Amino acid sequence: MNFLDQLLSHAPALLVAIPLLGAFLTPLIGRVNDKLRNIFVIGILGFTGILVILLAQQIFASGPITYVFGSLDPYVGKETVIRILFEIDALSIFMAMIAIVLSFSAALYSWAYMEKNTGLDKYYSLLLLLTVGMLGMVLTGDMFNFFVFLEITSIASCALIAFYINKVKSVEAGFKYIVVSTIGALFVLMAIALLYGQYDALNIAKLADSITFSFVDKIALVLLIAALAMKGGIVPMHMWLPDAYSRAPASVSLILIGTTQAGLYGVFRVLFTLYGNVITLPTISMGWALVILGLLTMLVGVIMALIQIDFKRLIAYGAIAELGYMFLGVGTCLTILANPDITLAQAPFAFEALKGGLFHVFNDALDVGLLFMVAGAVYYATKETSLNRLGGLARNMKYTTIFFIIGLLAISGIPPMNGFASKLLIYESTYQLNPILSIIAILSSIMLLAIFIKVFHAAFLGPKLPQFDTVKEVPRSMLLAMGFIAAFIIIFGLFPDLIVNTIVDPAANALIDNAGYMRWLIGG
Amino acid sequence: MIANIPYLAVVGLIIIGLSAVIFKKNLIKIIIGITIIQSGVNLFLITLGYREGSTAPIWTSSPGGVMAFPVPQALTLTSIVIGVAVTALMLSLVIHLYRHHGTLDVRKMGGDDQ
Repeated sequence: MNFLDQLLSHAPALLVAIPLLGAFLTPLIGRVNDKLRNIFVIGILGFTGILVILLAQQIFASGPITYVFGSLDPYVGKETVIRILFEIDALSIFMAMIAIVLSFSAALYSWAYMEKNTGLDKYYSLLLLLTVGMLGMVLTGDMFNFFVFLEITSIASCALIAFYINKVKSVEAGFKYIVVSTIGALFVLMAIALLYGQYDALNIAKLADSITFSFVDKIALVLLIAALAMKGGIVPMHMWLPDAYSRAPASVSLILIGTTQAGLYGVFRVLFTLYGNVITLPTISMGWALVILGLLTMLVGVIMALIQIDFKRLIAYGAIAELGYMFLGVGTCLTILANPDITLAQAPFAFEALKGGLFHVFNDALDVGLLFMVAGAVYYATKETSLNRLGGLARNMKYTTIFFIIGLLAISGIPPMNGFASKLLIYESTYQLNPILSIIAILSSIMLLAIFIKVFHAAFLGPKLPQFDTVKEVPRSMLLAMGFIAAFIIIFGLFPDLIVNTIVDPAANALIDNAGYMRWLIGG
Repeated sequence: MIANIPYLAVVGLIIIGLSAVIFKKNLIKIIIGITIIQSGVNLFLITLGYREGSTAPIWTSSPGGVMAFPVPQALTLTSIVIGVAVTALMLSLVIHLYRHHGTLDVRKMGGDDQ
């Protein structure tokens, strides 16, 4: 028991350290045995997952945790000490849960899906490094640290996108991604330097405490939001996303969802916490900017998805549309926060919108992840991604078909799947801000349903095609990974209250209560 | 005024880099553009920590007087290391693209082959 307490007290550092160590041990173990290496990677991610759950329990019970790297005392005499803090509140751990669920199921899925490829030692190393990057981004409380983890994520995911190095389209997608994300990361660094030059601090809470919203701060805000929304794949900065998602191996697309959402986490953290004290100034309409970006993202996503004939590219555009819902929900909350005439207590729908937006982050990761895994399974069985040439697969791949139906219902917000729970929250609350918002949101959901019904018809229904006569159901590890995510989808859909109250509500509270974020850091 | 010249250089470098990334059709030139932006941002960080007449922040062998602030230099060092990794990765991808297409011009790449 003593050991467990010890472990838990260092959990924030271990969450990053264990996958990092694992990443560099993987090639060594891979020399011994391939199976052993796969078990090792899944074990490392499983152990990290257990740590996340233990830490989450502690945070939901007793509030945020600060983990200090370096001197425990922030001052020596009058001088501030240079040190790095991990600041983990309910939102951070919420995002960490998403990241670990996605990477765990990706590792499980890769076992069979990637089996026939060479260079798997490096593949698994990069997969663990990508997990490190995502976890670091959401756990850290230091702006420069955030930049470093952002770059780790970019480098690892670029190498994974270009994993099929013999296919020139994958290399092009990887190159596009690394150019876009490096420039984005440099903008983030520039913004950090602008803030650092003014306030002599890199710590988010300390910066948030002293920020005055000068002209330079506005420039920094624009640089941060633009770069992080680009990482999150928000229209009009989405051009890298369909290429990257559709050209990467399916298991990598799954983790890339987590990467984009870590970018969105950055947007939320910057707006609500870093600029939390000044965002309520009446001159600022960041909330409406977020709402409009959200609507654009939804519409462009579904309209582009309509005309796609490539299975994975279509899902990638569907994923873009889903990202819009999060921005819509969070933006609705921000418009009320920034409005001096209404307090949050007078407009309870604003908090509902935030909860819906955050809940949808988790749901989107699960829904789109499941669909990507199904697309990967179809590719694995038939070596075909074009919807024009697929058909009749339901006869041979019955489990995959069932998982596709679950994913289809979930992504288009049909009860009893999880997408319904979060989308209902978003519809209800945005309706009270402006009815048009919820009309557009519902419309895009209906279009998503239509699009995926088309895919269902094209790929799974119809007569048995002669060239797919010998197609067999995919191996067990892929079914297990799909089942793992599908189980989450159904549980979240059947008991949305439970999930919202236990994990989403604290996360939304943590985001709004930025005075609290600074209190436990500076005062404590 | 003379103290502001580094900041003007920063803005100049970033604009030159961005325009290279946006307008150049050669992949290597795009990468050069990115490294120029990187240099601009690094120069900005270094300039933030510099005071007129200051020496390098080495405690043990300092001649006394004003020392430059070391933290931005540490940040720059990290940023340079990351930059090297990113540049290497980009160049390795370009090697593969060149092997396949036989050109570095983005206008001549394309076609829908797998």
